[in-house]
Amino acid sequence: MAKQIRSELGGRRHRSVSYAKWGYIFITPFFLVYLVFTLVPQLLTVYNSFFENYMDGLKQIGPTFVGFKNYITLFTPDKTGTIDILKYAGNTFILWILGAIPQFLIALLLAVFFTSYRLNIRGQGFFKTVIYMPNLIMASAFSMLFYTLFSNIGPVNQVLQSMGILDQPLDFFASKITVRSLVALMNFLMWFGNTTIVLMAGIMGIDQSLFESATIDGANAWKVFFRITMPLLMPIFVYCFITAMIGGIQMFDVPQVLTNGKGMPDRTSFTMVMYLNNFLQTSKDYGRSGAVSVIIFVITAVLGGIVYKTLAAQYQDPDAKKAERKARRLAKKGGNA
Amino acid sequence: MSTNSKAVVRKGLSDNDKGRLQLTLLRILVYAILIFLSVLCLFSFYLMIVNASRSNAQLQAGFRLLPQEHFLDNLRNAWTDASINIPRGMLNSLIVAASSAVLTTYFSALTAYGVHVYEFKGKKLVFTFIMAIMMIPSQVSAVGFVQMMNKLHLNNSYIPLIIPAIAAPIVFFYMKQYMESVLPLEIVEAARVDGSNEFRTFNTIILPIMKPAIAVQAIFSFVSSWNNYFIPALLIDKAELKTVPIMIAQLRSADYSKFDLGKVYMFILLAILPVLLVYIILSKSIIKGVTSGSVKG
Repeated sequence: MAKQIRSELGGRRHRSVSYAKWGYIFITPFFLVYLVFTLVPQLLTVYNSFFENYMDGLKQIGPTFVGFKNYITLFTPDKTGTIDILKYAGNTFILWILGAIPQFLIALLLAVFFTSYRLNIRGQGFFKTVIYMPNLIMASAFSMLFYTLFSNIGPVNQVLQSMGILDQPLDFFASKITVRSLVALMNFLMWFGNTTIVLMAGIMGIDQSLFESATIDGANAWKVFFRITMPLLMPIFVYCFITAMIGGIQMFDVPQVLTNGKGMPDRTSFTMVMYLNNFLQTSKDYGRSGAVSVIIFVITAVLGGIVYKTLAAQYQDPDAKKAERKARRLAKKGGNA
Repeated sequence: MSTNSKAVVRKGLSDNDKGRLQLTLLRILVYAILIFLSVLCLFSFYLMIVNASRSNAQLQAGFRLLPQEHFLDNLRNAWTDASINIPRGMLNSLIVAASSAVLTTYFSALTAYGVHVYEFKGKKLVFTFIMAIMMIPSQVSAVGFVQMMNKLHLNNSYIPLIIPAIAAPIVFFYMKQYMESVLPLEIVEAARVDGSNEFRTFNTIILPIMKPAIAVQAIFSFVSSWNNYFIPALLIDKAELKTVPIMIAQLRSADYSKFDLGKVYMFILLAILPVLLVYIILSKSIIKGVTSGSVKG
């Protein structure tokens, strides 16, 4: 080691070359592209949100500085008394949580199954390959597939009718419950495999002797899960949960294609990003879409912060720490005996 | 004494049997859950393939679990469709996705190498900054991005779909992690002694070492670019430039009842086929990539 350092120093002195400039050269493309294609657009988005700037038919309105008017408009109730952006924020949350609850429950369950020595599940490679697969499938094509399968003349209705459960086709896209369930089901299918694999890696990262000693100590599977697995898995679980939530806030492809951009029925499956997209597609309304973006960003930051705080606090819970210490002590004892 | 110990042994055995029975039942339950979830994941895609082999009339007539004989007819009809030019779309998507994959892996490796190997002022800050921007949702920049591209007349061009791939914080992070585990700085020193300049060292010595990491990230980047719908749909409206996801969404907004359903299933199949094939061949390394990319953070 010392020799190596000396030779390195020697080399430097000998040539008296500083390589620092190469560091700057190598990171320049990244930062240049980031600046032009991400940072400037981000600032431009915020800037836009304070301007009136849209197309009224073929006529360009603005850009005129209007202060917070776009935000005020977004939060002004319409004739029926609904505030669109709150409704769409609610929709987005409901669509996400309906899929996320089963996603995390099933993923936790599967991760525990797969990592259990006692169960010793065979064919793990196959099962993992299958459950991860929907994650890579084009969301818009997957939605189109679900639309064709659940349409009035699709196979689902055909089966339900031929089995005599229905007299006439059930229009899955006419009721709030069925559309939301379909979106949730698709999101669940697309993400539970990914979550399973990540949580599995998290569980495998936990010191195995803790599980062994707890089992020897007579702890049952529930106790092991709640006292050892869960507390020690918490950082990765929090990470997964926050990324899933940020992904959920951005939900777009699935409801957009499934409902043909309409969020039917009565915009009950219309999400925040569909709202943003709608402003851009229909009237190039950079002002209000900018304001929606800023709101999305703020929600993301706030929710991310809250979830991190609460879940991380639970991880810091003295109970969990005590459990770990106790388990470690037991592990030591077990090792000596 | 002896009877007593016998009793204990017998009791132990029966406990053991009970435990074994419980374990077997639990195993059956677990396998049942796994099989159910697998079927749930696969069934819609299975139906897609079956239905892509059936004619419109057959599809209207009723449900079937087994393929029929019209697969090639549907393929021909879909491939030569006048309104949705799927071969063109697939070529476009291939160009965009492949270019993004090349750029994102090369430049992320380059950036990671710059931070990993060299000592320079602000190095720590650079690393922290890239970590911080990783979590910002891409939709936040979308509005400004679309406006800027329209102003620069770069809408209906692939530049805004490809070039941003150069700055990919997540890929950078993965490459940096990989370098920390496999790249000894002695190699760089040795190359210097041999008179190789820094840029050549990176291209001829470092990149080959990084091959496994590059392969994994190239796949992920290819897939996400192939599937990307939001930004391309906002920027591309020229028919000959449309990528596959835009065409699929177009399929949804067309008058569905007038469509040849066999063809619709075939379109969907063609849209996801390239990714499906890549996945079937490389699933092992892809799944490995999922964990190594996310957990170490």
